[in-house]
Amino acid sequence: MTQLPILPVLVPLVAAILMLALHKAGPVLARGLGFLSVGILALVSVLLLRQADGGTVLVVNLGNWPAPFGIAFVADRLSVLMVSITTLIAIPALLSATGGTDRKGPHFHVFFQMQLAGLNGAFLTGDLFNLFVFFEVLLIASYGLLAHGGGAARARAGMHYVALNLVGSVLFLIALGLLYGMLGTLNLADVAQRLATVPPEDAALVRTALALLVIVFVLKSALMPLGFWLPNAYPAATAPVAALFAVLTKVGVYALLRLSSVSFEAPVAEGLLLPWLMPVALATMAVATMGALAAPRLAVVVAHLLVLSTGILAAAIAVGGVPMLAAMLYYLPHTTLVTAALFLMAGRIAEQRGPAEDRFVRAARLSGTGWLAAGFLALAVAVAGLPPLSGFLGKVMLLTAAPAGAMGYAFWTILIVSGFVAALGLARGASVIFWEPPPESLADTRVPPPAEGAGRRVGALLLAMGFVPALVLGAAPLSAYARATAEQIMARQIYIEAVLPPGRAP
Amino acid sequence: MELVVSLGIGTLVAGGIWLVLRERSFSVVLGLTLMSYAANLFIFVGGRLGSVAPPLSFEGHGALADPLPHALVLTAIVISFGMTAYLVALALRAVAETGSDRVDGP
Repeated sequence: MTQLPILPVLVPLVAAILMLALHKAGPVLARGLGFLSVGILALVSVLLLRQADGGTVLVVNLGNWPAPFGIAFVADRLSVLMVSITTLIAIPALLSATGGTDRKGPHFHVFFQMQLAGLNGAFLTGDLFNLFVFFEVLLIASYGLLAHGGGAARARAGMHYVALNLVGSVLFLIALGLLYGMLGTLNLADVAQRLATVPPEDAALVRTALALLVIVFVLKSALMPLGFWLPNAYPAATAPVAALFAVLTKVGVYALLRLSSVSFEAPVAEGLLLPWLMPVALATMAVATMGALAAPRLAVVVAHLLVLSTGILAAAIAVGGVPMLAAMLYYLPHTTLVTAALFLMAGRIAEQRGPAEDRFVRAARLSGTGWLAAGFLALAVAVAGLPPLSGFLGKVMLLTAAPAGAMGYAFWTILIVSGFVAALGLARGASVIFWEPPPESLADTRVPPPAEGAGRRVGALLLAMGFVPALVLGAAPLSAYARATAEQIMARQIYIEAVLPPGRAP
Repeated sequence: MELVVSLGIGTLVAGGIWLVLRERSFSVVLGLTLMSYAANLFIFVGGRLGSVAPPLSFEGHGALADPLPHALVLTAIVISFGMTAYLVALALRAVAETGSDRVDGP
C-alpha cells in the first residue's frame, strides 16, 4: 500500500498500452478496459483520500532513490483532492463517450487514458521536470481528444491550441533550465529549501525563472492576457471531451498554488507573484463575464464560465492564507464538477436540435424537455452561485475570506456581478432553447437524437447532475477537508519534511 | 564561448518568435521548432560549458560534468520532436479541411 500514489498514473498508462496492443480485438474491449481502469482509479482515489484525510503525506521514491536524486511522487491532501476530482469527472465523461462519440475516430480510449495518466501524474509528482513531462503527456492526449471527430472547426481550434501550448512548453523548458542551472535541483521540496539561501548575485536569474514558470501556468490555466484560446478550443471538442477538459485548466491553477506555497515565501521571490496575480485574476473574471453574456452558443457560455471560475480561484491564490485557500479548495471541486456536467448538458441539447446545435437560435423543439430543463436549471443555479446550491456556499466562503482594502472590494464587486451576469447569460440561452417556438418550417419536426447509445449518454448526464445534490449534502465533510488542506499547504514544512526527511544526509 | 552560445540561443529564439507570429501555419511550425532548439540548447548549457570535465569519474580529474542536464535535454528533445510531428500532421489536416494554411482563418 505504500506504493499507492503511483497507481493513479500507472493504471491508466497500462490500460492505454493494453488498448494499443489489443486494438485489433475491437472497440468493445477498449471500452471495457477503459471502464476497468476508471473503476480501479475510483477505488485508488478512495484509498488515497482515506490516507490523506488522516494527515499523512505519502511519498513514493521510484527505485528507492532518495528524494533529491530520485523521482518522488507525493500524495498530500491537495494532490489527492485533485486526483479524486479527475476520477469523478472521468466516470460520466467515459460513460457518455461510450454512447457513440468514441466511434467517431480511432483510438479515443487510448487518448482518454493517457489524458488521465497525465493529469494524475501532474497532480502527484513532486518534481518540476516531471511536472513538465506530465504536462506534455496530458497535452498530447488533449490534442488528440480535441481533434477527435474531425471537421474544420476542430482542426482550426486544434491548431491554435497546439501552437500556443508548444510556446508554453518552450517557456517551461527555459524556466526549468534556468532553475536547474541556478539551484542544482528540480525537486519541489528541495527547490523550496534552496530558495531560502539564494546568494544575492543569483537572485535576478532565479526570479526570472520563477516568473517564467508563473507565465506558463497562467497560460495553461487561461488567465487573462493569455486566456483567449480557451473559449475557442473547448467548445469545438465533443461533449465528453469538453467535460474532461474542465479539469485541464485546473492543472494550471494547481501548479500555481503548489508553486506559490513552496516557493513564494522565500525572500528571493518577494513581490514576484502576489502584487499582480490579483489584477490578472480580476481582469480574467471581468472578461469572462462579458464573454458569457456575448456568447452565441451554450458550450461557449460554459467555456467562459470555466474561465471565470479559474479567475476566481487565481484571486483566492493571490489573497492566500488559510481561510481563503479553504474557501478556494471548496469552490474548486464544485466549479469543476458542475462545469463538466454543463458541458455534457450542452452536448445533450445540441444533439437534439439538428443543424442549429446549441446555438441560441430558434430550432426544432426538444424532446423530453421537462427533466432536461429542470436539470439545466439546477446546474445553472449551482454554477451561477445562487442559493441554495453548492456554488452559493462556495461564494459565501470566498466573500467572507476576502480581505478588506481596494482589492478585496473589487473582488467582492466582480464576484457578485459575475454571478448575476452568469445567471443572466444562462437564462438568456435557456429561454431560447427551451421556450422559443420553433420556426414555421420546423413546426412539427423533432430531431430524434441518435438512438444508439442514447441510454448511456443520458445516464452519464444524470450521473453528472448527481454532483449537484452530492456537493450540497457533502458540504460539511468537503469544507472540513478543504480547511485541513489549506492548513497543510500553509504549513510548508510538512510537505518538505515528508519528501526530504530531516536527519538524513542529502 | 559563453558569448557565442548565448548569442546563438538568442538568435534562435528571436527567429522563432518572428516565425511564430507569421500567418501561415508552415512558418509557425518552423518557428516552434527553432524555439524548441533554443530551449534544448539552453538546458544543455545549464550543465556549464567546458571541454575538460569528463562525464564519468576518472583518477586525477577533479571537476566532473553534470549528467542531469543531458538527461533532461534528451527527454525534452523527444517530447518536442513528437509535438512538432503532431503539429505538422494537424497543419496538413487543417489545410485539407479548410483549404488554406492561414492560421487565423481564410
